[in-house]
Amino acid sequence: MEVAIVKYNAGNVVSVVNALKRVGVDPVLTDDEKVLRGADRVIFPGVGEASTTMAYLREHRLDSLIISLKRPVLGICIGMQLMCRHSEEGDVDCLGIFDTDVRRFPQAMLEEGSRLKVPQMGWNTIHHLRGPLFDASTEGKYVYYVHGYYAERCGQTVAESDYGLRYSAALQKDNFYAVQFHPEKSALVGEEILRRFIDM
Amino acid sequence: MLAKRIIPCLDVKDGQTVKGVNFVQLRRAGDPVEMGEAYSCAGADELVYLDITASSDGRRTFTELVREIAAHISIPFTVGGGINDIHDIERLLNAGADKASVNSAAIRNPELINDIAHNFGSQMCVLAIDAHLEDDGRWRCYVNGGRKATDRELLEWALEGQERGAGEILFTSMDHDGVKQGYANEALAMLSDRLDIPVIASGGAGTMEHFRDAFIKGHADAALAASVFHFGEIAIPDLKHYLAGEGITVR
Repeated sequence: MEVAIVKYNAGNVVSVVNALKRVGVDPVLTDDEKVLRGADRVIFPGVGEASTTMAYLREHRLDSLIISLKRPVLGICIGMQLMCRHSEEGDVDCLGIFDTDVRRFPQAMLEEGSRLKVPQMGWNTIHHLRGPLFDASTEGKYVYYVHGYYAERCGQTVAESDYGLRYSAALQKDNFYAVQFHPEKSALVGEEILRRFIDM
Repeated sequence: MLAKRIIPCLDVKDGQTVKGVNFVQLRRAGDPVEMGEAYSCAGADELVYLDITASSDGRRTFTELVREIAAHISIPFTVGGGINDIHDIERLLNAGADKASVNSAAIRNPELINDIAHNFGSQMCVLAIDAHLEDDGRWRCYVNGGRKATDRELLEWALEGQERGAGEILFTSMDHDGVKQGYANEALAMLSDRLDIPVIASGGAGTMEHFRDAFIKGHADAALAASVFHFGEIAIPDLKHYLAGEGITVR
C-alpha cells in the first residue's frame, strides 16, 4: 500500500504523517506527478489560507493533477475546502470537485445565549453519516476542528456538524473524499476514519 | 455542539515531568509521553507541555521529547516555555507540536505574534498571559514567570494579541494560581465576552465546581489545570460526567 501526501505550501504535515504511522502506514510526502499518480491513496492535507494555497497549486500544476487522480483521495481541512467550487477566504475559485461553496462563519452567532467564537476550535460531533469513511458507531462521536470557514451542505455531504449552523463535516464524490475536521488529531475516532480510508 | 475543553498541563524539566501523577501507575515515573497517553485515554481534550528547563541542553532534550509526544499522542498538544523567537517556534512545530504558547517573548516583542500567525497560521499561536489584580482594580500583566511587572493591562493586551493574530488566549490569574479556590471568573468573563477568539482559563482549580464556574460564570472555552489531575484529586472521566450533569457540553 503506497500512500502519498501532497506536498505543497500547506503548513505542517507532521501530525498527518504521525497519525498514518500509528495506523500502520509509512506515507511519502511528494509533489512528483508520477508518484502521486501511482499511489494507492493520496492525502491532500492543509493548514493555511485558501487563495495563496490555490495560487501555489496552480503555479505547480497540482490543481489539474489532483482533479485527474483515479484512486481514493482524502482532503483534510483546507484540503477539503480547496476541493470545493469557491472559497470566500481570499475570494478564490477552487478545484470544483464538490458542488458547494466555502463561506466564513458569521461573527456573533449565538448558541444557548453564549457567543460562538470564530474560528471554531475544539471538539464537535458528527451526524447523518454516510459512505465508507464511517460506520454506525461513529454517529454522534466527537472530532477535532480548527476552522473559520465551512463548506455549505450539498448532495455530496456525507457528514454534518453544527456550529451555529449546519455545515459539511465530510464530502464525497466518486473517488474523492474530504473531511473538514482533523482525523489525525481526533483520537481513536480519527484513527478509525483514516484506517477506513486506507482499507477501502 | 462544540464541547468545552479540559486541558491538563504538564511541566517538563530536562525531559521529565516534575509533578507526580497519582491517578495511574506509570511504568516509568515522570515520563511525559506516558503521562500524556494516560490523560488522552482518560478523556483529556488537549494537553499543554511547559518546558521549565533553563539550559540549552535541556531545550534540545525538550525538542526530542516533542517529537516523541507527537508520534504517540492523537489529540492536539501545545508547547510553551523558553520560546524566544520564531526559530524556537519553527523547531517545535516541525517536531510535531500543534500549537505553541508565547508569553514573555510576545510582550517584549509583540511582532512575534504577527510573525507566528503569518508563517504558521493563527491556530498555532496561543498567547499566554499571566496577570495580577492590582489594588486599583486593574489587571496588570507580568513576565518572566510572574516575577516582573509590565505596563500592560490584561484586556488591552489580549485585544492587541487577537488583532496581531493570536488564535487563543491562555489567561492565568496569579492571584488564583496554586490556591485552589477557583478560577478568576469575573476577569475570564470580561475577556471572553470581548474577544472573538477562545479563552482558556488557568489557575485556581481545586474542585469540580471550579471547572463548572469557569465555564458558566467565566464563559471560558477551555479550562486548564495541573495538580488536581496529577495528584489524582480529580479524575477526568469523573469531571466530564459531573460537568455533563451540570448541563455543560463535554466530549
